[in-house]
Amino acid sequence: MTDTTSATVAVTDDSFSSDVLSSSTPVLVDFWATWCGPCKMIAPVLEEIASEKAGALTVAKLDVDANPATARDFQVVSIPTLILFKDGKPVKRIVGTKGKAALLRELSDVV
Amino acid sequence: MTSSPTVHDVIVIGSGPAGYTAAVYTARAQLKPLVFEGVSFGGALMTTTEVENYPGFKEGITGPALMEEMREQAIRFGADLRMEDVDDVSLDGPIKTVTVDGEVHQARSVILAMGAAARHLGVPGEQERIGTGVSTCATCDGFFFRDQDIAVIGGGDSAMEEATFLTRFARSVTLIHRRDEFRASKIMLERAKANPKITFLLNTAVTEVEGEPKVTGVRLRDTITGEESKLAVTGVFVAIGHDPRSGLVRGQVDVDDEGYVQVRGRTTSTSIDGVFAAGDLVDHTYRQAITAAGSGCAAAIDAERWLADQE
Repeated sequence: MTDTTSATVAVTDDSFSSDVLSSSTPVLVDFWATWCGPCKMIAPVLEEIASEKAGALTVAKLDVDANPATARDFQVVSIPTLILFKDGKPVKRIVGTKGKAALLRELSDVV
Repeated sequence: MTSSPTVHDVIVIGSGPAGYTAAVYTARAQLKPLVFEGVSFGGALMTTTEVENYPGFKEGITGPALMEEMREQAIRFGADLRMEDVDDVSLDGPIKTVTVDGEVHQARSVILAMGAAARHLGVPGEQERIGTGVSTCATCDGFFFRDQDIAVIGGGDSAMEEATFLTRFARSVTLIHRRDEFRASKIMLERAKANPKITFLLNTAVTEVEGEPKVTGVRLRDTITGEESKLAVTGVFVAIGHDPRSGLVRGQVDVDDEGYVQVRGRTTSTSIDGVFAAGDLVDHTYRQAITAAGSGCAAAIDAERWLADQE
């Protein structure tokens, strides 16, 4: 699943603080896993949003299997879950698959 | 609203085994199908664990992997796949239109394969706790319930499969079913019954999901005595069946009382000429990946012959 042209960034338990919580731009974190079918559904949509909103929004992907601590910290028990972080704080939480238009609508008041 | 001047031979609405198989067959028949897969592409199998009964995969295959194979097979033969939801259709007349995100696409024939949507319990506390303990996807969310006590609701194959799968993670799984008879196949039921981590709670209905906001338990009612009780669980996995996703075409093609699209005899022809239907949208009897794929194939062949007859 390596995509060299990916517009999203991979984050980990270790990098979460610097890459997400300390980021000056809002970060949309996609909590996903390889074994999650619906996560595959939203992946291409997130890539598109990442390219289109580059500079205004960072789209980060966190593999919950390899990084369970962050998922636990934010009480993620269902994936895909998207959490939007602004100034180090979670400001919006979206659970389940959504189309691009619906996602952009959800993000519109922040991005 | 923009309108493309191209009139396609066939537009397929939906993905899953029916939609992708229709796409493979119509693509191989040189009909250059335009396929609207929907944002939840892949259909019900995307939330399924191991598919053990799809012929040709003797070791089994996961639902998402099977869908990926079918999807790529459709692409290989030139199907134009779009990961978009259809907003509106107009199916009468020789030219059908399909509206997606304000754009109108035209086709001489349409294959409907929108599948079925997972049913919810419809009890207080359920909707607002999706994501905090209520789940409709065991494969996605089982991981988060390691060493916890959870419940699976339902009495069909999906419920048995999910309960069995979830014992990999959970400390205990209580299978709650409102009757004492099962729709589940014998093999799936026996497997669940033989699993020491699974407890059956029969003739029991869930009346409420509790927790603030994380799920802490469910309220139950005995469907025979009416007696009420509570069960402490942190996860509630709902597998109580599906409803056909026919909202898009209702009022146009004929549907039965339960909303399934009706087809003529052994064909996939709907009540409208040039409109065909396949998969879980039609089938309330078998509902298997292989029968969906089979009917997707039949729809493609029906559409191809119908188009040839119009020449």
